[in-house]
Amino acid sequence: MRLKKLFMGMAVSVIAIGSFLEVATADLKFPMLVYRTGAYAPNGIPNADGFVDYYRMINARDGGIGGEKIVFPECETGYKTQVGVECYEKHKKGAMVFQPMSTGITYQLIPKATADGVTVYSTGYGRTSAKNGKVFKWIFNAPATYWDGASIAIRHILKQNLGNIRSKKIALVYHNSAYGKEPIRTLEVLAKKHGYKLMLLPVDHPGQEQKATWLKIRKSRPDYILMWGWGVMNSVAIKSAASIKFPMENFIGIWWSGSENDVLPAGAGANGYKALTFNAPGTDYQVHKDIKKYVHEKGNASGDGSHFGTVLYNRGLFQAMVQVEAANVAQKMHGTSKITAAMYRDGMENVNLDAKRMEELGFKNFSPPFKNTCENHGGSGLAAVQQWDAKAKKWNMITDYMYGDSEVVSKLIAEDSAKYAKEQKIALRCK
Amino acid sequence: MSVELLNFIETVLNGLMSGIMYSLVALGFVLIFKASGVFNFAQGVFALFAALTLVGFQTGQVPFSHLINELFGTKFHHWYPEIHSFLAIFLTILTMIVLAWIIERLVLKHLVNQEPIILFMATIGLAFVLEGVGDLMWGSDVKVLDVGIPSGGSVWLENATIGLASEGSEYYGMYIDVLNVWATVIAVFLVTALAIFSQYTKTGRALRAVADDHQAALSVGISLRTIWVFVWAMSGFIAMVAGIMWGTESGVQFSLSLIALKALPVLILGGFTSIPGAIIGGLLIGVGEKLAEIYIGGLLDIGAIENWFAYFMALVFLLFRPQGLFGDKIIERV
Repeated sequence: MRLKKLFMGMAVSVIAIGSFLEVATADLKFPMLVYRTGAYAPNGIPNADGFVDYYRMINARDGGIGGEKIVFPECETGYKTQVGVECYEKHKKGAMVFQPMSTGITYQLIPKATADGVTVYSTGYGRTSAKNGKVFKWIFNAPATYWDGASIAIRHILKQNLGNIRSKKIALVYHNSAYGKEPIRTLEVLAKKHGYKLMLLPVDHPGQEQKATWLKIRKSRPDYILMWGWGVMNSVAIKSAASIKFPMENFIGIWWSGSENDVLPAGAGANGYKALTFNAPGTDYQVHKDIKKYVHEKGNASGDGSHFGTVLYNRGLFQAMVQVEAANVAQKMHGTSKITAAMYRDGMENVNLDAKRMEELGFKNFSPPFKNTCENHGGSGLAAVQQWDAKAKKWNMITDYMYGDSEVVSKLIAEDSAKYAKEQKIALRCK
Repeated sequence: MSVELLNFIETVLNGLMSGIMYSLVALGFVLIFKASGVFNFAQGVFALFAALTLVGFQTGQVPFSHLINELFGTKFHHWYPEIHSFLAIFLTILTMIVLAWIIERLVLKHLVNQEPIILFMATIGLAFVLEGVGDLMWGSDVKVLDVGIPSGGSVWLENATIGLASEGSEYYGMYIDVLNVWATVIAVFLVTALAIFSQYTKTGRALRAVADDHQAALSVGISLRTIWVFVWAMSGFIAMVAGIMWGTESGVQFSLSLIALKALPVLILGGFTSIPGAIIGGLLIGVGEKLAEIYIGGLLDIGAIENWFAYFMALVFLLFRPQGLFGDKIIERV
């Protein structure tokens, strides 16, 4: 009996000390929802490594943000929505911001985080209409949304066809999930506007087997294919497209379908495949030099350091940089380094990453400038098209950063967010 | 011929080819179930592990390099330049044999005479452990697998069939991926070899005896443990073949373990104890799901139905023939 009590006491003490340490050291808590295991790990790992390396660099180089260290507990979601929600519940206490890294998880967190007063930042994914800050106070999705992406892809196709795509057939091959379905509405509206025929081709998780989809494509011969894929679905689709000899320059993926993992398995067949992007690949940036110096050379690289400079690693750097910058802005706005979750949200809403600030942060020409405001939580909406060079094994930017069809996208966002506000009885902000 | 008919034939052919790919995975399940009554949940992970190991040997990657480097501050990644695929395959087979031996020593030996559900649970644990070990050993990057098997659409078939369509119709010829043709050849070879082995060799006969009755086999001096190691090693070999085929198509990545889900309806349809059943079941499922996706999906204007349709087919079959097409009929005497 005594022994049992002793063990119970020890257990309680350990939990208490653990909680105290977390509070005492968790000056700025940025929990990470990651997927380093499971079917989507090859994409989740480089992205998570980018986050971790950036946070470690900020802690090592600057001593944290305004002197407050960043803590970034990882929670493994396996890209599963329910597990992601559990991770949120586990880590929400004291958290500044959550980056769900999944549109499905983001959708689940929107009402929860709004009720709890925690910022959710879904960088270029999640619910598109969350761009409307008047309705979605706690949700941010800068620098571009899926609807921006869809309209930018169509704009690129329009440019190639001298503005006329009336007789064209465009297929959307998409991950049969909340993520993959997100651009459909925009593409349908754009189809009415420009007169192209839209084919919708869902692919079930994980997308290892897509033969029927590509037989349909081969029979119906679309002029262009757009892809909203993730994980193995991307590489199988690109390989299948090459296999049916679809012209790869007419195959355009969203920014989550444009990493090295997606094209390398297809070998030479992937040559010419295009994908949108809002950040550059490579290691020619000051931030990479700083990470090398303060993190990798000290032996603190996340993982084995082999993802350094890849598309998804660099995206992780960009996402982490925006989250850190929001804390910076919040500290300046409120005159204290010890910010609360509410103060952090104010910071995120006032992030202004212009060219000068990007350069100061070591991200010169890494990404187009953007600014959040009370009304606009979705940034600039700019993205460029990159193309894969299979021989050189590298992505080349082939367009400047461009805007989507803001006329169509803004209208859709206003409609969707108004509907959500009505359902949830949300009073509009930013008057 | 009308284009519609040609398209239908193309869909059926592609379904058959996909079915063969499912059968390759299902074969591994059948072998183990026949010999030990264990439904090996880890079979998909076996395929992943074998494919990871093959690429690791091919590229000279140091196993556990990340762990070693983390612990000792070293920078080992590769210990030799690329080696020939045949040598890498040979080394992978050896690894799968060692793995089978380890599984027998550490898991199966201790679970002899336990309920089938206990053994099944053990294989679930095994699946997760093996996936984790595979990650630690070889990393979780997407790996390109190329053992020299050609892939891509068959130009020959396309040219040979382009003229079959009625004059004036728009037709581009029939499509079949050459990789799937190779998978078919390999599957035929594997099934033939397995049939010859089980009929005409001493070990094969011992294996059949164990499959029929463990106690009787033991009483005539057949070592159950040796047979188990043998069967798990064979199943590891088949997993490697499946891993090569699927890995060549998509790159070797952790989603490869989910191909096991494709084998389940095949097993329900073909029976858990029949090698020809695994092949026929695979073909039926392959054709059924492709026809459903293209024709039923097309008719109802919905997509992505092939995954659940395969299970729907299996369920319907289960209602009429629970033991599967070629499975042994279960007779319980009171």
